Amino acid sequence: MNQNYLLGKRHNILGWTTFFLVCISLYMIFIVTPTDVRLGIVQKIFYFHVASAWNAFFAFFIVFLTSIMYLVKRDRKYDVIAVASAEIGVIFTTIVLTTGPIWGRSSWNAWWVWEPRLTTTLILWFIYIAYIMIRMSDMEWEKKSRLSAVFGIIGFIDVPIVFMAIRWWNTKLHPVVFGEGTDQTGGGLDTIMLYTLILSVFTFTALYFYLLQKGIAIGNMRNKVDEIKDNFKNAI
Amino acid sequence: MINALKAVIWKDIIMEYKTKQMTSSMLVFSGLVIVIFGFAFELSIEVLHKVLPGMIWVAMIFSSILGLNRSFMLEKNNDCMQGMLLLPCDRTIIFLGKFCANFLFVLLTQIIIVPGFFVFFDYRFQGGLGLLVLILLVGTIGFIAIGTFLAALASNSRMSDMLLPIILFPITVPLIIAGVQSTSLIFQGQGFDAISQWFYLMLVFDVIFLVIPYMLFDYVMEV
Repeated sequence: MNQNYLLGKRHNILGWTTFFLVCISLYMIFIVTPTDVRLGIVQKIFYFHVASAWNAFFAFFIVFLTSIMYLVKRDRKYDVIAVASAEIGVIFTTIVLTTGPIWGRSSWNAWWVWEPRLTTTLILWFIYIAYIMIRMSDMEWEKKSRLSAVFGIIGFIDVPIVFMAIRWWNTKLHPVVFGEGTDQTGGGLDTIMLYTLILSVFTFTALYFYLLQKGIAIGNMRNKVDEIKDNFKNAI
Repeated sequence: MINALKAVIWKDIIMEYKTKQMTSSMLVFSGLVIVIFGFAFELSIEVLHKVLPGMIWVAMIFSSILGLNRSFMLEKNNDCMQGMLLLPCDRTIIFLGKFCANFLFVLLTQIIIVPGFFVFFDYRFQGGLGLLVLILLVGTIGFIAIGTFLAALASNSRMSDMLLPIILFPITVPLIIAGVQSTSLIFQGQGFDAISQWFYLMLVFDVIFLVIPYMLFDYVMEV
């Protein structure tokens, strides 16, 4: 009987590390880094935006990997990881999609632009919402795990094609308005800003793993409860 | 293997011929799309020029969802799926057979509906007809390939008719963009050079989403 629905000492250590990392990042973001000359205080959202975007992609990549592993190995633990990761990924994508327009409103003067990166993120969000819909449908767990693993693979493969299509569509419609740099502010980043960005990405990754551990524990607990319920039913 | 494929396709065609469920509902639905678009927009010739390509694709996509939903739900009656799984051959044959049959039915609807768009909106089509047919064919193949696969996936759930559009539409976004863009270029009278980029994108999509379902169909159909 596996006991991994209990969170161990390692989880606590990771939790505290994340906590301190978050504190340092917040200090770096709001106190140490200078305010952007052109964009002002709104630019601070950038650190959260980029970090969550990176994490969302990372989370979906984990879904892709664990989906393949599940189909090959048929071990339920991969399925639990995939679900937890997909849920966290959707949350991070939601953060990206809410911070994006706030930032965009002040820097581009538009809430939303049908630009490749934005639109791809939106489609990504829909794909993984669909993934969670499959998880929530009424099937036995074996079927559900299998089918959502299949969808997890297809969804991830689709993302680059979506990006290409939107990119071409976009350039056909109107010229590229924004800089091609990673931050889209057009110019380079200040060194301290870059360090803060790297730190915040790292912090969010730690947060991802912390949440993932929690998610896995909850998933295992859920499975355990189902198992007990089944035993109980059979006993009666 | 070829015989098994033929048998699966033939079974679907016979069933469709006897009941006429899928094609008739798809046809009526597409016709209603024409009517609703007619009322929803003030369509002058210039506007029509811009929105007609999109309308054709919307009609195709929404009507084929109806057909795709039916195609595997049908097999639920009397446990027909069980019988199909007992076919003494590779299970991907079921996918290929269903794909061919669905493609045929959607094609049939399109042959009637696309000219219908031109007639009802009194639109004089001046682009290359061959190109339009080519793009619609390639687009439909891709859409039906991934659609058939995801319909098989969704059919395991009791709320499959709700699930299918939600899981299918985000995946087919590239195809829809490419289809609408190239169709509107054709409507502007452009040649193959102008649409080649979109055409190749659709081709890549078709290949990927014929090969991947082919590889993964066994997992979907496991009992």
